[in-house]
Amino acid sequence: MSTKSKSIETKTDINQDERLKKVSKLRLLLNRPELGALGGAILVFIFFGIVAGDTGMFSAYGVLNFLDVSANLGIIAIAAAMLMIGGEFDLSIGSMIGFAGICIAIPAIYWGWPLWMSIIFAFSMAVLVGYFNGILVVRTGLPSFIVTLAMLFILRGATLAITRLITGRTQVPGLRVLIEDDPLAWIFATDTFKWVFTWLGSMNLIALRTDGTPLATGIPPSVIWFIALAIITTWILMKTRYGNWIFASGGDKNGANNVGVPVGRVKISLFIGTAVAATIFATIQVLDAGSADTMRGTLKELEAIAAAVVGGCLLTGGYGSAIGAAFGALIFGTVSMGIFYTDVDTDWFKVFLGAMMLIAVIFNNYIRRKVTESK
Amino acid sequence: MSDYLVQFNNISKFFGKVIALKDVTMKLKKGEIMCLLGDNGAGKSTLIKTLAGVHKPDEGEIIVEGKKTIFDSPKDALDMGIATVYQDLALVSLMSVTRNFFMGREPMKGPAFFKTFDIEKANKIAADRMGQIGIDVRDPSQAVGTMSGGERQCLAISRAIYFGAKVLVLDEPTSALGVHQASVVLKYIVKAASQGLAVILITHNVHHAYPVGNSFTVLNRGKSLGTYEKKDISREKLLSMMAGGEELNKLEVELQEMNRSTAN
Repeated sequence: MSTKSKSIETKTDINQDERLKKVSKLRLLLNRPELGALGGAILVFIFFGIVAGDTGMFSAYGVLNFLDVSANLGIIAIAAAMLMIGGEFDLSIGSMIGFAGICIAIPAIYWGWPLWMSIIFAFSMAVLVGYFNGILVVRTGLPSFIVTLAMLFILRGATLAITRLITGRTQVPGLRVLIEDDPLAWIFATDTFKWVFTWLGSMNLIALRTDGTPLATGIPPSVIWFIALAIITTWILMKTRYGNWIFASGGDKNGANNVGVPVGRVKISLFIGTAVAATIFATIQVLDAGSADTMRGTLKELEAIAAAVVGGCLLTGGYGSAIGAAFGALIFGTVSMGIFYTDVDTDWFKVFLGAMMLIAVIFNNYIRRKVTESK
Repeated sequence: MSDYLVQFNNISKFFGKVIALKDVTMKLKKGEIMCLLGDNGAGKSTLIKTLAGVHKPDEGEIIVEGKKTIFDSPKDALDMGIATVYQDLALVSLMSVTRNFFMGREPMKGPAFFKTFDIEKANKIAADRMGQIGIDVRDPSQAVGTMSGGERQCLAISRAIYFGAKVLVLDEPTSALGVHQASVVLKYIVKAASQGLAVILITHNVHHAYPVGNSFTVLNRGKSLGTYEKKDISREKLLSMMAGGEELNKLEVELQEMNRSTAN
């Protein structure tokens, strides 16, 4: 937030134009794409604060629970948002999650690779898949919607076929024992800030198990990844040359090309970004569950896109924000978990998800007209 | 010899059997505005793309500042100082004035590997540059979509000049604009030329071209009908040289007849 206030100051510095109305900070905020998602998130918290305030949803354990769900979705939503700002879709995110999962599990369990090597292998495959998606879209000029829809089926089918071929099953369990002492796996599998929770527990500030250890043991890795990604991507979008290129590539591909933006390379890198994000998601979940499931991540691509849209991304590209997508994911995660604490049947979650997205699209469309209308 | 800033000698371009351009010659000095006139299908687009380095000419030579050159890509042309502003302007309406101004050529600051886009400096330059040409950019972080058509055109031209254009190739800069907006843009073009740029103004509107041009080249069906100094040719003569001229005369006669018949 400090960067925002700084840029406001410089704006007033260079404009002593009396025709320039003094723009309030509120007005400036209204022009930001993530406004809707921020407001939505606040509303959601107020709602559950009233409805489920005393149910344990906002205990340390409850908060970590919905943060974990939000963070998992957020990791892929942020990458999907970056790609959408760059003007493309990736529908293969969900299938990539399943594929990355077995890329870790099969080498580790059946081929005897060390876990770290399997993880690196999975990320290498992600880069390949992302590159392939990107180069197909850039070279053929086909809509990414179609190209990645094809990849959705190809990857999911290949995941199933390969897993059954090698293992005879559709699930690969047995990873948990490999995590310990692995030089790489801890990045995806360690709860952090445990001492805070131990201390809070010892002060009797948070709920304890019967053996005296706190119920919430630490910040899950997904949350750390999520926050780190949200900060890094927002910095990239707002503060770097590459960020400007992403907006330009999505806003007007030909125009950007004509002034020297390497549109093709930007788009390919963003496709690699979504595949890598899907692999981060998969690695965290596979290590957490101790097993890889070929169906893992089904429909996740649509949730990620929904979160990105709620976060202010336009379907036409060139506009949006990573932090908005993070808020979008927070809304979905909070509601999907919070609904358990209310009397509402959980079946209604999907209804909420759809309605939320519809409202967001209408709102975004309105904002876009505001931003581009002639004065 | 190198009296001319840029010379395009006997340029021809063929697409298979189609002769898109044949023996087109244009020479420009510093500070000169040459208007390239032609109706739709006259070969204007092909010529622009040849000037911009998108197409390679099949015949003829391009001489920039006395040196014979071949453009392999649009970037080559740009590096030689020949900047083309297309009709679509290469502006992204959702992005801010500053981000558009520096799109693809952002000023950077900071240590290696952590270089960031110097937004403050960019804002300052963009506001400065736009101020110089009398366009009041209320706020350089406002979206380009909020600007008028004329302001956008001027932004695109101003950007090309800032990044070192010596020869400006402008593709129909006034075609989508109202009378007032068009005059703003034309005024800016004259100002740019007076600062030592050579301008090739491509248009089908003689009324916009005639007041600002120093010389006029008329293109018809891929061939040049010749280049004329302003003193050697009248607006009416230019109009009738374009394929449209004859048509318009015919239209005028027809309309008169229609008027007569309705008057009766």
